Amino acid sequence: MKNSEKKDAAKMGKEPVPGKGLLGRRALLRGALLSAGAAAASVGIAQADDSIGANAPEWMKTPGRSFSPYGTPSKWQEKVQRTIANPPGRPGTGVSRTPLQRLEGTITPAGLHFERHHNGVPDIDPSQHELLIHGMVKRPLAFSTDVLARYPMETHIRFIECSGNSGGYNQAQPPQATSGELNGLLSGSEWTGVRLATLLNEAGVAPGAKWVIAEGADAAAMSRSIPLEKCMDDAMIALFQNGEAIRPEQGYPMRLLLPGFEGNMNVKWIRRLNVTDVPVDARDETSHYTELMPGGKARQFMFPMGAKSLILKPSFGMNLQGPGWYEISGLAWSGAGRIAKVEVSKDAGKTWELAALNAPVLPMALTRFRLPWDWKGQPSTLMSRATDETGDVQPSRADWVAQFVPGQGYHFNGIQAWGIEADGTVKNVYA
Amino acid sequence: MSMLKIGVLCSAVALCLFPAVCGAQGPNLGRALTPEEIRKADITVWPDGRGLPPGSGSVSAGAAVYARNCEVCHGAKGAGKPQDQLTGGVGTLASAKPVKTSASYWPAATTLFDYIRRAMPIASPQSLTNDEVYAVTAYLLSIDGIVPPDAVLDAKSLPRVKMPNKDGFVSWWPKPLR
Repeated sequence: MKNSEKKDAAKMGKEPVPGKGLLGRRALLRGALLSAGAAAASVGIAQADDSIGANAPEWMKTPGRSFSPYGTPSKWQEKVQRTIANPPGRPGTGVSRTPLQRLEGTITPAGLHFERHHNGVPDIDPSQHELLIHGMVKRPLAFSTDVLARYPMETHIRFIECSGNSGGYNQAQPPQATSGELNGLLSGSEWTGVRLATLLNEAGVAPGAKWVIAEGADAAAMSRSIPLEKCMDDAMIALFQNGEAIRPEQGYPMRLLLPGFEGNMNVKWIRRLNVTDVPVDARDETSHYTELMPGGKARQFMFPMGAKSLILKPSFGMNLQGPGWYEISGLAWSGAGRIAKVEVSKDAGKTWELAALNAPVLPMALTRFRLPWDWKGQPSTLMSRATDETGDVQPSRADWVAQFVPGQGYHFNGIQAWGIEADGTVKNVYA
Repeated sequence: MSMLKIGVLCSAVALCLFPAVCGAQGPNLGRALTPEEIRKADITVWPDGRGLPPGSGSVSAGAAVYARNCEVCHGAKGAGKPQDQLTGGVGTLASAKPVKTSASYWPAATTLFDYIRRAMPIASPQSLTNDEVYAVTAYLLSIDGIVPPDAVLDAKSLPRVKMPNKDGFVSWWPKPLR
C-alpha cells in the first residue's frame, strides 16, 4: 500500500479488529476503491510516511461513535455495579448496595443508589398517582404529580442511609468484604421537590396532631410513623434526583425525604400521609428497625442516623502496590447536621490527625475527607472518626456493640478499621 | 389590587417570616378529598383498634387460611423457614439467645392485622377478606396461647389482646443522638 493510501485509510478510520489485524475490513475496501485516484494525485511526490498517526492511539485515528439519547458508563467501568442480596425465591425483597469504594466525590449516580424493597419496585403511572393528606387536618387534600410540579420547589444535597447499614459489624469476627458490601446501604443525591410543610399548611394541621403515618404505593404498602415536628421542618416530597425524575427504584413518581432520618422512613412511592396523635406501631417500627438491648427491652423510634465515617481508599479489595505516597480518602456524615471534623489514625487509634474536608460541607450530606500518606511499608491499622457540629462523636466499635444484644445491627456507627499488612494486603480488622 | 387582597397578602407574609419552619406559601392547588375517598384509601389500623373493619374470624377458620396462603413460606404453625419465624420465642428476649417473632416481640396484636392485610400473602397482597385476616391473626396468636383455641377476633376483641412484649419498647424519640 502506498503512503497516500495509508493516509486515506487513516482519515477514514482504522477499525480495531480482533486478533492482530491492522485495518478494519471496511477501511480496506474503501482504501482499495480510492487507491486509483489517490495514486494519480500523488504522482511524482515521493515522501516518507511522517503522518502523526503512527504515534497516536487508535481512538485518535477513527471517528468516535454517534450520539445517544441517554448516556451510559464506559464499558471499562462494567465492574462498578450494585451488589444485590435477596432471599431465595423472593426477587422483590432485599437490598442492593452502592459500590462506595469504586466511586468518588459525594454524589451517588442515580443508577447506583442503594435499594431496599419490601415487595418489588412498582410500575406507577404518574397520571394515576396522587398524594393524599388526611386525618387530623382541616382540609383533606389530594395532590397529583402534575399539580405538585407547579409548587415552589427546593433543592438539597442529602444522604440516605438504611438503618441496617454496616450491620455486619455486629459479627464476632470482622467480615472480609468490600466497603460497599459492608456499608453500601448509603448513598448521596441532590433531591428536588416540594417542602412537605407547604402541603401540610394548606391542609391545615389540627391542634393535638403529633405524628404523620406515611404509606407507600408499593406491594407492601410500606408504612411508618413520622414525628409531625420533622414533617413541618425539613421534610420534602421529592420528585427529582440528581436533576432527573426520581428512578422507579427510588420512589417514582414521588418519595418522602426526611433528611438525616433512617432510610426506611423516607417512604418511596409515597401515596398517603395520615395526620394523627399517636404512632401506629407499624410492622417496620416494631418487628424491624428497633434495637434489642441486654435485659430484653428494645429501643423504638431511633430516627436520626449517628455521626459516622469510613475509609474507602484504601479498603478491602484495594491492596497497596508497594511503599510510597497514597491518599487516604473516605466519606463522613451525620443525621444531626454538618460534619465538624474527621480524624484519621494510622496506628490503630494511638494517634489521630485531622483530615481535610472537601467543600462544601453540607448538613445531612456526605462529606469527602482526604489525607495524604507516605506508607513506608510497615503494618498499619487505618481508622477514621467523625465528629458532627452537635458534638456527637463516632464511638468505638466495642462501645457501640456493648449497648445491644448480639446480632443487633441497626444504626451501627462504630469506628471501622482496615489492617494494612507489610505486603500491602488490606483486611477488615476490629481494633 | 384591592386593599383586602393586600391585607391578606401582608398577613400571609407576617405568618411566614421563617419559611424554613413553616414552609413556603403554597398555591393551594390540592384537590379536596371526599370522606368516601378517604374511607377507601385509609387502611391503617391503630393499637387502640381505630381503623379495624367490620367482620370476624376464628382460630379454626384461621388455620385453614394459614395452610392455604402462609405455610409455604412461614412453615407449619408459623415456625419459620424459608421466611420469617412468626411464633415461639416467648420469654426469650432477656436471655442470651433472644428469638424475635410476632408472638414474642411485637407489642400490639393490631399490627399483625394491619400488616397481613396490607402486605400479605407476598405473592398476592391485599387479596384476603377482612374475615380471613381476623381469622389468620387469631390462629397465629393461638399457637403460643396468646388467645384461647376457641377465640373469635373482631374489631372489639383484637385490640384487647395483650401481647407478651406489650411493654418491651422504650421510645427513643424525642431524644438526643447517643
